Amino acid sequence: MKMPVPDSGVIARRREIVEALRAIVPGEGVIVDENELRAYECDGLTAYRQLPMVAVLPSTVEQVSQVLKTCKAMGVKVVPRGAGTSLSGGALPLADGVLLGMGKFKRILDIDYANRCVTVQPGVTNLGISNAVAHEGFYYAPDPSSQIACTIGGNIAENSGGVHCLKYGLTTNNVLGLEMVLMDGTILRLGGKHLDAGGYDLMGIVTGSEGLLGVVTEVTVRILKKPATARAVLLGFPSSEQGGDCVAAIIAAGIIPGGMEMMDRPAIHAAEAFVHAGYPLDVEALLIVELDGPAAEVDHLIDRVEAIARDKGACYARVSTSEEERLAFWAGRKAAFPAVGRISPDYYCMDGTIPRKALPLVLQRMQEMSDRCGLRVANVFHAGDGNLHPLILYDANKPGELEAAEEFGNDILRLCVEVGGVLTGEHGVGVEKRDLMTDQFDEADLQQQQRLKCAFDPDGLLNPGKVFPTLHRCAELGRLHVHQGELRFPDIPRF
Amino acid sequence: MTITTLKPETAAQVTDAVRWALSAGEPLEILGSGSRRGLGRPVQAGHALDLSALSGVIAYEPEELVLTALAGTRMDLIRSMLAERGQHLAFEPPEGGTLGGLVASGLAGPRRISAGSARDHTLGIAGVSGRAEAYKGGGKVVKNVTGYDVPKLMAGSFGTLTALTEITVKVLPAPEDSATLLLFGLDDRAAVAVLDRALRSPYEVSGAAHLPAVIAARSGVSAVAGAGGAATLVRLEGFGPSVAARVTMLREELRADAVLGRDESLAVWREVRDGAGLGEGTDAQLWKLSVPPSAGPSTVEAIRRTLDVEAFYDWGGGLVWLTARPDSGTAIRAALSAGGHATLVRAPEPVRAATDVFQPLPEPLMALSRRVKESFDPKGILNPGRMYAGL
Repeated sequence: MKMPVPDSGVIARRREIVEALRAIVPGEGVIVDENELRAYECDGLTAYRQLPMVAVLPSTVEQVSQVLKTCKAMGVKVVPRGAGTSLSGGALPLADGVLLGMGKFKRILDIDYANRCVTVQPGVTNLGISNAVAHEGFYYAPDPSSQIACTIGGNIAENSGGVHCLKYGLTTNNVLGLEMVLMDGTILRLGGKHLDAGGYDLMGIVTGSEGLLGVVTEVTVRILKKPATARAVLLGFPSSEQGGDCVAAIIAAGIIPGGMEMMDRPAIHAAEAFVHAGYPLDVEALLIVELDGPAAEVDHLIDRVEAIARDKGACYARVSTSEEERLAFWAGRKAAFPAVGRISPDYYCMDGTIPRKALPLVLQRMQEMSDRCGLRVANVFHAGDGNLHPLILYDANKPGELEAAEEFGNDILRLCVEVGGVLTGEHGVGVEKRDLMTDQFDEADLQQQQRLKCAFDPDGLLNPGKVFPTLHRCAELGRLHVHQGELRFPDIPRF
Repeated sequence: MTITTLKPETAAQVTDAVRWALSAGEPLEILGSGSRRGLGRPVQAGHALDLSALSGVIAYEPEELVLTALAGTRMDLIRSMLAERGQHLAFEPPEGGTLGGLVASGLAGPRRISAGSARDHTLGIAGVSGRAEAYKGGGKVVKNVTGYDVPKLMAGSFGTLTALTEITVKVLPAPEDSATLLLFGLDDRAAVAVLDRALRSPYEVSGAAHLPAVIAARSGVSAVAGAGGAATLVRLEGFGPSVAARVTMLREELRADAVLGRDESLAVWREVRDGAGLGEGTDAQLWKLSVPPSAGPSTVEAIRRTLDVEAFYDWGGGLVWLTARPDSGTAIRAALSAGGHATLVRAPEPVRAATDVFQPLPEPLMALSRRVKESFDPKGILNPGRMYAGL
């Protein structure tokens, strides 16, 4: 995985760049000391590390605007960063770039129950939003696993999901308004407290753009009333195929559960050994189906889900009878990653989406790959929307194992695309899946996306080297190849 | 003013047609069935690109919650196919037209408040840019963050960026049952306060509208028209036992006057969805305002200081449907002090050619929108001027 070659001319001007940044952000807001910069050398994808040339921590929108404008004038690259929990390397610094940390933007600006929305600065954590409105019985629905630490600004960058997004949507479906700064320092507002932003849906493009289009400085999200009740049912199956059939049958019956998660045998065993959630150990697949909403609905649907599961060959079924029990069902699933971490020195977490009907084939092919490369794999996935999280177990201290794990992971993602799915369901492309983009998109698809970046960032200074495997200059992408006097196509019907 | 119509039968022919238009410098008006031609500004183009021959559902898998169809596929075909499997497009778009036209115009109905809009259900696209290049964006699964979310940008772009040839949408189970609570005789502010209470409840309200007396009287639903005053509507949908339980609880909490059962509930929300009862058969111009929900009534009050208008509310107060005499745009937009925007959705063609149909954007945003347009269509071949003059 190569990053763009650092520009030695820029690095040679480091002192001048630091001075220019200090003129904008005074005091400790500009970091040059190598030990202090260490804190920013990687995000949640720890296999890749790079010290930034300098880090800057602005605390006002005006400072963000001035930093970007100055960097553009000096031809310096910028990498935005929230809490650094990205699993795809979206905030991996550049040796010749400024790391723009948004951690000081921690204020909740406005809680508006009458319009059922909250406006916050981007450094507020995902869970911080829910906590701020919990006393009124509201919450913010998207719930990535890192919600205690990850920021809403980072959620916008990655279009984060979570276990409830089949029913409640991803970040993009829950954002009403944004304020953002472009690389030239322009401050823009998109949307607000009303629905439909008006004009082109730029908010839709910015959400999930992985920090390549602009820096978000304010976010307005919709909040929902907490469901009156939630109950979960734990279902065990003799095969993953039957588990998958059960998921399909639940959806075909018109039921969209609040959460629907599946684990395979290795993941079940690791989780049970870790948290003792009471999972059955003699099943090949475990399904957690959570139903939330009005009590009358939940009771009605729990019965229906149980009946469907029996019909699809479930060999184990347990319905939560108390809130403690419901949380215990989830404890194992939520601890699946650290649980796998206990049985292996290292693990590599993948994130692809497949059409659910391809699940048996994908699991079988994954097992074959595992046998071939000698690395074990455990699976947890968001069954409702076909979002897989294979966990590849390896030992970084054994020569070649990291590379083998990465290759195995790449093969899994190529397989996801091959069966009609995509490379990433919620973690983002970043640097991790950058070079696989050509497996999902052809040249014309990628060039059109890069032209869109040119509309926001014509010099390509914002987070370059992420998402797209090849860097093109905007002038080159913009060239039109029109051949005058081309024949009119005689086979097109004309009237 | 259309001179010739190109009617490609394959996606490859769409590329050819756009390539010809690009090389000849001839802008194209993009059409499906033409049912949305009255939206936006009229396109100044000598040629039409008619995509209605690109018709057919390519894949529909109810359990996967996705449907892929060619852009010219008629919506009534898609609707009936979904209905056979108990599914629907959850954002409640108006009927008629083609899938391409539906996505391009980005329309949504009353369920917008809980289910999102066309943008939230458009998962993948294929099409031809104004550079005459065929490309695709998004994917064919419900959860995807690979690359930019190009399908969202297409929703509501009125054909100004890409001639869409194929679209994948998210489909969802249609609710088994529907019921509507009615409250009679409330003024606008009191009604929106009730809708707010309903939307703050945990009962998953999926429709929240208020019809002032003059509008309610025109309803085809007798319980609404016969109320003799304003009607405030709160919709509950879902599985039978769930709807029944929620109706009982919310009826008591809101002190509702009446409940509409399934058929009447469906009928009244069709009227709300389509802006029925407003200026039909008159030359009054129809506007839609999107504002913060709590600001709906005060916005209408501000407009009424200078204009004589008829209005009703959807989206809990956040969507104001309004009819006004011609040349009211400036006064309407001046009243949007709480934020939001106003769109002229029904007016004669010459009026739409000479007015800002969509709310003018602040200059930095307009400049960015122009650059976005150029990134897809540098020569302004696709639907020039449909959204904004000169774009």
